[in-house]
Amino acid sequence: MHNARAMWCLAAVAVLASCGGRQTEQVVHVAVAANFTEAAKEIAQIFEQQEGTRAVLSFGSTGQLFTQITQDAPFEVFLAADEETPRKLVTAGLGLADSVFTYAVGKVVLFSTTLDLTNGEAVLRAGNFEKIAIANPSTAPYGAAAMKTMKSLALTAHLAGKIVQGNNITQTFQFVETGNAELGFVALSQVLGRDPKSIWTVPQSLYSPIRQDAVLLTRGSENNAARAFISFLKSPETIKIIERYGYVGTP
Amino acid sequence: MFVSGEVGSAIRLTLLLASITTIVLLLVGTPLAWWLARSRRPWKEAIATIVSLPLVLPPTVLGFYLLLALGPNGPGGWVAGFFGRRSLAFTFLGLVIGSVFYSMPFVVQPIRNAFEAIGERPLEVAATLRANPWDTFWSVAMPLARPGLITGAVLGFAHTVGEFGVVLMIGGNIPGQTKVLSIAIYDYVESSEWSQAHVLSAGMLLFSFAVILSVTLIEKRLRRPAA
Repeated sequence: MHNARAMWCLAAVAVLASCGGRQTEQVVHVAVAANFTEAAKEIAQIFEQQEGTRAVLSFGSTGQLFTQITQDAPFEVFLAADEETPRKLVTAGLGLADSVFTYAVGKVVLFSTTLDLTNGEAVLRAGNFEKIAIANPSTAPYGAAAMKTMKSLALTAHLAGKIVQGNNITQTFQFVETGNAELGFVALSQVLGRDPKSIWTVPQSLYSPIRQDAVLLTRGSENNAARAFISFLKSPETIKIIERYGYVGTP
Repeated sequence: MFVSGEVGSAIRLTLLLASITTIVLLLVGTPLAWWLARSRRPWKEAIATIVSLPLVLPPTVLGFYLLLALGPNGPGGWVAGFFGRRSLAFTFLGLVIGSVFYSMPFVVQPIRNAFEAIGERPLEVAATLRANPWDTFWSVAMPLARPGLITGAVLGFAHTVGEFGVVLMIGGNIPGQTKVLSIAIYDYVESSEWSQAHVLSAGMLLFSFAVILSVTLIEKRLRRPAA
């Protein structure tokens, strides 16, 4: 009896709590490629301060988020880590063609907490390590860029047995950070402020530039907050933030 | 079998992982279940609770601690040193260790229940017939607990086959070493290769159905004469 009453009380509290949110509050739901996590958090914070609109961020690999969007995930804006995925969404009628633009160009770096990567290419060629972490190349553009880099250096076969894959670039970074993999290909934005010796900036000639496109999703086309967020991404102030996180901004 | 190399290797790897985990769990879990069933120590339920924790904990908690424990700064890194390696993460052995913790309650619980169901009587009778404790355990307790042992083994095996979150966090997605079935399915879904995902998912569905049905039937059949 007492248990049943307690359960009802709990249920009532839960319902009240979910009704308690400000109904009038403007919200935009944004799907963000994992490499852009830190920059997106800061942008969302300033966006909320200035516009009074909350941007709710969800992180994942570009491929994962794409799959979720095709299954009607409640996202209104998508910040991908490539050009191809937003284009595919537009073709599928899930994104607005005229909204697509490049918000950042990303850089791949090799990162280690134990090895001196001053000459990263030599470290890769020597191969004196057990595991090298990359993001899953079939879903994460940064993983694909890592594979391309190894291919350009003709090291794919040499390193194949040492590769471990993170589910997205954040997990890849965490594999290196915990020391389980000695080194890994991550985004420059993830290693800002680290010891320069622990980082090797991969020369742009070894992989295609990672042009990261944003798209307004069809689901958000009626939401003014979503349009406002897109405009805010293009503002000089935001571009400064994006550049501070190690990306090339594209005004 | 008409399966591509990658799918075939994921299936083989999953079955191998589940088999080894089940064997380890029977070897470790049976004495533990016996102790939990027979001991009168007041703190034994604390141990039983620790064994049951994976039932409640999100796999991410276990995965996070395992990642640290298996790494170069944890006990796993120390063990890995004997093989001339730095970390047990991303290895098959690492997955076995993770799976043993993760599936332990599914093996220990049914065996403990079976031992407890025997009661004092048969063991006392065996003692009066001058059977030593070792003899009593093997000739009386183990045969009587058979349904529990079989249930524990089947559930431990099946639960390891269905493991996902822990492997995702400590596996590193290496084909032939840590890319088990559940991870392969996830990969296919996330990279929009749904025909492959469909085949494997349907297979898992049938497998799970068969496992649960057979556990029910085994228990029914073995309980009938004893009841």
